[in-house]
Amino acid sequence: MAEVESETDGVARRLATEACDRVRFEEEALELADQVYRVARRLVGSREEAEDLVQDTYARAFRSWRSYTPGTNMRAWLLRILTNLNIDRGRRSQRAPDTTPLEEGDYYLANKVAAAEGEQALDQERVVERLSQDGIVDALSEVPHDFRDVIVLVDIGEFSYAEAAQILDVPIGTVMSRLHRGRRILKQRLAEETVA
Amino acid sequence: MTQDPCEKCEEMLQAYLDRELEPAEVIQAEAHLDSCVYCRRRYRFEASLRRYIRVSASERMPEGLRAKLSELRQLPGA
Repeated sequence: MAEVESETDGVARRLATEACDRVRFEEEALELADQVYRVARRLVGSREEAEDLVQDTYARAFRSWRSYTPGTNMRAWLLRILTNLNIDRGRRSQRAPDTTPLEEGDYYLANKVAAAEGEQALDQERVVERLSQDGIVDALSEVPHDFRDVIVLVDIGEFSYAEAAQILDVPIGTVMSRLHRGRRILKQRLAEETVA
Repeated sequence: MTQDPCEKCEEMLQAYLDRELEPAEVIQAEAHLDSCVYCRRRYRFEASLRRYIRVSASERMPEGLRAKLSELRQLPGA
């Protein structure tokens, strides 16, 4: 009888430990919700879509919490789920690498400002504030998805190249080249909309 | 100022801003920025632009979404 009780105690203890781990996981994931939403919002077209995507991400994360390895980067883990769900939704149909626009150089926008205002204008910290916030959001939304995903992860989500590669499941060299081209496209759009 | 003497530095500057250069490359990049006014101005511009894009494109999570996410915790696990 004592052995049976002890076995029951063992099971109960394991269940209690698992429940604690699960609660800890859920709390940690919820603390990251703001950051996850911020990235989601720029990956999709509307606030509603972003809310849906984040909810689906958390529903899946809470179901598959055991596949998360404690101590690893949970924010990247959540974003991996989110980007996969986003791809599953079929928004990749717009992908068309052959038709991606030709982009100018990295300094294109800076050179435009310098040409309009003089080289010294670039020394001013606030020179970029001539760009409207809406203009930036619009320009970003016009960058093709593959490039935009990387810009959003690195420039808004503040992920490293390696983390972005892990999230998107592409080689790090792909992250670097997409980031490079994407930023150039973005700056060209910004120059067209706000400086030219 | 139509000619660009430092086009080759553009790519290095982006990786420098991303803090993705190797230590030796960081030293090289900083030495170049110290000596080149053209690139230093563009570095300042690019750094401000990065910050401004991050701030402009960041949207706070809507009120209520956190509660909806918390509710998902109550569902039985699969």
